[in-house]
Amino acid sequence: MIGFLARRFATIPLVVLGVVTILFIIFKSVPGDEAAFVAGATATQSEIEAVRVQLGLDRPLVEQYARHVSGLVVGDFGYSTTFRGNPLPHIISRLPATLALAAAAIGLTILIGIPAGVVAAAYRNRLPDYLISLSVVGLLAIPNFWLGMLLIAWLSVDLGLLPSFGASGPASLVIPTLALAARLIALVARMTRGVVIEELRKDYVRTARAKGLSKGLALRRHVLRNVMIPTVTVIGLQAGYLLGGSVVVERLCAWPGIGDLLLTAVSVRDYTLVQGIVMIFVVSFLVINIAVEVLYRFVNPRLRYA
Amino acid sequence: MKPLLSIEGLTVELSTRDRTFEAVSDLTFGVSRNEVLALVGESGSGKSMTAMAIMRLLPEPVAEIASGRIMFDGIDLASAGEASLRGIRGNRIGLIFQEPMTSLNPSIRVGPQVAEVLRLHKGLDADAARHRVEELFEQVRIPDPRRRYDDYPHQMSGGMRQRVVIALALACDPDVLIADEPTTALDVTTQAQILETFRDLQASVGAATILITHDLAVVAETADRVAVMYAGRIVEETTTERLFAAPRHPYTHGLLGSIPHVAEAGARERLPEIEGTVPALWALPPGCAFAPRCPRAGERCATERPPLADIEPGHRAACWYPVEAAA
Ligand SMILES: Nc1ncnc2c1ncn2[C@@H]1O[C@H](COP(=O)(O)OP(=O)(O)OP(=O)(O)O)[C@@H](O)[C@H]1O
Ligand SMILES: [Mg+2]
Repeated sequence: MIGFLARRFATIPLVVLGVVTILFIIFKSVPGDEAAFVAGATATQSEIEAVRVQLGLDRPLVEQYARHVSGLVVGDFGYSTTFRGNPLPHIISRLPATLALAAAAIGLTILIGIPAGVVAAAYRNRLPDYLISLSVVGLLAIPNFWLGMLLIAWLSVDLGLLPSFGASGPASLVIPTLALAARLIALVARMTRGVVIEELRKDYVRTARAKGLSKGLALRRHVLRNVMIPTVTVIGLQAGYLLGGSVVVERLCAWPGIGDLLLTAVSVRDYTLVQGIVMIFVVSFLVINIAVEVLYRFVNPRLRYA
Repeated sequence: MKPLLSIEGLTVELSTRDRTFEAVSDLTFGVSRNEVLALVGESGSGKSMTAMAIMRLLPEPVAEIASGRIMFDGIDLASAGEASLRGIRGNRIGLIFQEPMTSLNPSIRVGPQVAEVLRLHKGLDADAARHRVEELFEQVRIPDPRRRYDDYPHQMSGGMRQRVVIALALACDPDVLIADEPTTALDVTTQAQILETFRDLQASVGAATILITHDLAVVAETADRVAVMYAGRIVEETTTERLFAAPRHPYTHGLLGSIPHVAEAGARERLPEIEGTVPALWALPPGCAFAPRCPRAGERCATERPPLADIEPGHRAACWYPVEAAA
């Protein structure tokens, strides 16, 4: 396990370096004078030149690249116009809100998606299955921002039950979580249903029944364990994509997370900030994937001993 | 002796998308305590369906018992309620499956899988169950039972897993044991060892046993009586000795005819090929199902089904023109 973790973590810097390089090339090829942009619309030519020298933009590209990378290593993400300096602390301060949202969405998925799939499978081709499968199709078809708007219109505007935006206590987490989790819940429910149906056909279920277990007990004690293996994987892999989904949902609900910040950064063309946020997304994504693999080994004894 | 388990006119109907047919038709036989009855027949003759019908675990909603009774200790299992069936399965009737590779749950350790049945039916607590399982593992000759208790199925060989399955079936000292091709999936050496273990334990428990097999050598070594199935029906049934010495049904005769030394130890053969193929169960001829392949068939065989009747005491055969006993 230690060796496995070491190997996996060792790949992170490589992937990050790749992303850094690609972003560097993209941002350098964006048309426009970076120094003029940083200096502001009212700056004089000499002020612009001063900024250029100050930020090292007058140096050859290779040197800029080397500085950029060595800066990242020590936590210096460059000059952000929004924050007038290194954006890293500001990005980090937004991280908890995004993680809280992602965690709530995953929690809700586990709480609703898995049981819904199991119930649908247990009542295959009967009313509960039809209702659940129909909901799944519906949830997959609705874009998360639209669902978010509907929820805001209904729960906070019409019923006045919940705050429609901002982060003022746990209640304000409800709408963004629902909007973000809906798709994942549907995906997990659909997949769980398929896996349970497949597992129910297996010989070990017959063995469990031949022992005298009821259908329900055979399902709970024997089938669910084996269902967890693929389910954990899917939830884990989707967890990375929740970060992406959070961009839209956070903006919609004014949830003060990284995704919201990313849209701000893009709208003011603060490329340093964009780059920094993308870096954090990439690292989070990689760490989540490693965590999923660890979890996967934990639920799957065949891998644990391999 | 009065049979402990007696099947009377059991018919299992299969309904698939395009047709409904009988996989098991009007089956009648019994097994007594301390007796091993072998159920033999070609693939698809309805052996497993019979076993699953007795356990009332037929695949839903494809298969169902259409008629007949399955009398066990005064209860008709065919019409028993789910609650009483649950009390019988694994407790008073043990089942051993053909596939040791897949019949255990891959994500639960083998010990607890066996312990579960003891805790369920005998109300043992965790420690007592573990202790008993280790004893059982010892009895089925799993070396180092204490360590093996915590193995996952994938850490064991096929033979070891099948020993676990046997321990599972025998855990509650069942009155009836049904073994559906318990050794088919194993290599020859392992087969012989498993069979020996199975026989010893079966004898010590004294269970009325139904042994389903393709393997005539297994029948010769293990069974007291044999019922031969063809296309969902029993065509002949008698003691093992009698069957090998003087088979009366032409089908049985054909099966045995091409094996010169059936009883010879180690000569394990599958059922030999008989000319022709088994007719589809949904397109059986009105008369005897074997008639199209039968060298002795006459006109009557094509139109009238021969009943399974005593042709001598203790020897039943369903044939209009049975092979002469002197043969
Ligand atoms: N789930 C199912 N759906 C449809 N038909 C089935 C199903 N299971 C079995 N059958 C059919 O039922 C008949 C009897 O099958 P059964 O499994 O009892 O045969 P068997 O004698 O055990 O054969 P084998 O020696 O191959 O195990 C066969 O014709 C088979 O094709
Ligand atoms: Mg079978």
